[in-house]
Amino acid sequence: MSAEPIITVESLAFERNHRLLLAPTDFSLETGEALHIQGSNGSGKTTLFRLLMGLLQPTQGEISFRGQSIAQCRHSYLSELLFVGHRAAIKETLTVEENLRWLSPNPLSPEQVRAALSQVELDNYADIPCRQLSAGQRRRVALARLINSKVKLWYLDEPLAALDKQGIAVVEQCMQSHLQVGGSIIFSSHQDLAQTATRNYNLTAEGSARD
Amino acid sequence: MTSGYHSGFIAHFSRDVLLHYRRRSDLARPLVFFIITSTLVPLGVVPEPATLATLAPGIIWIIALLATLLSIENLFAEDWQDGTLEQMLISPNLLVMPILGKVAAHWLMVGLPLTLISPLIAMMLYLPAEGLLPMLLSLALGTAALSLVGAVGAALTLPLQQGGMLLALLVMPLYTPILIFGSATVQSAIDGLVWSGTLATLTAVLALAIALCPLAIIGALRLSSEY
Repeated sequence: MSAEPIITVESLAFERNHRLLLAPTDFSLETGEALHIQGSNGSGKTTLFRLLMGLLQPTQGEISFRGQSIAQCRHSYLSELLFVGHRAAIKETLTVEENLRWLSPNPLSPEQVRAALSQVELDNYADIPCRQLSAGQRRRVALARLINSKVKLWYLDEPLAALDKQGIAVVEQCMQSHLQVGGSIIFSSHQDLAQTATRNYNLTAEGSARD
Repeated sequence: MTSGYHSGFIAHFSRDVLLHYRRRSDLARPLVFFIITSTLVPLGVVPEPATLATLAPGIIWIIALLATLLSIENLFAEDWQDGTLEQMLISPNLLVMPILGKVAAHWLMVGLPLTLISPLIAMMLYLPAEGLLPMLLSLALGTAALSLVGAVGAALTLPLQQGGMLLALLVMPLYTPILIFGSATVQSAIDGLVWSGTLATLTAVLALAIALCPLAIIGALRLSSEY
């Protein structure tokens, strides 16, 4: 494993209409590490993710992927990226299986689909349109993407929201195996993970402070 | 990455067709609009065959244009709300093919049915038989161009609530050449003139739209996604 961090964020800040949506933020993410972004509502967690993915242009600061600015290595950076956000890109009229297949960047075999669905305990829902699912079940569909993912970097914005205890355990298991194979995760959550070792990073409205 | 481009088109095209198909009632809306409005013309204007025949090319084209405009407004709205657009924008591949796939699906589900049903309207409006083939061809090509240009407006007005009015104002100037060449194709066929020239111009407009509109759409979507 290289000593270079996979993601480096230097004095990153974002301002819109003279309102600071993300106070200057510095952190780095190593290979095989999970970074837990914490912060009160409105402290800029979602803004941070959008900046990290290049959907917003920072007012100041820089994000580097393996030492290179993400604007310069956009293709290789985005090829290694998987993002599950609040809005999970689930189509109401498509079935669970169709949604899962659509969301996966690489084609899935029927076995892979079945395995992923049984891991998130949605085996019997494969042919059900997602509009009939509960909020927690939809979240499970969105998170089923993680199971067959081959990319290095996971960005998870509130992955545990609306999930029950079992669901949380499944997500934790996914995250652990991802870390074991040398993947890295940045996630935001209002609760701590029980089994996974994470580094915490606090976003505050005035400025950020490391734990 | 060639396979990526290819699969981007197919994937988005087939998914959008499926999504449209699952919501068939929404699909019927532009068609019903097309049929109802053109039924009202003989009632509201004059039921005289000779007058209707002169008005027919223009009326059919105007109503087809408005029907496309009405349906294009929501092309990206759902994708924007449910986060699909975010996922598209962070995909490493170029967005040109996915966007073309989406617009092609829209044309297949709106423009093509409008074209196919137009002979019925043509009969009702006493359109002379010579105008039938040019009408079908010009509508098939023209509605595709209307979808592409309309998609630019839809992408630009995405973050606005009630963006429909602005959308109409934005794309109307770009719609006028399509309307002019479209109805002129039908008109010149009725008048016994050569109509391949105007149809070729319409095809050129479509080719230009295929080349340029996706770039404008991508730019507009990136802007819209910041909100």
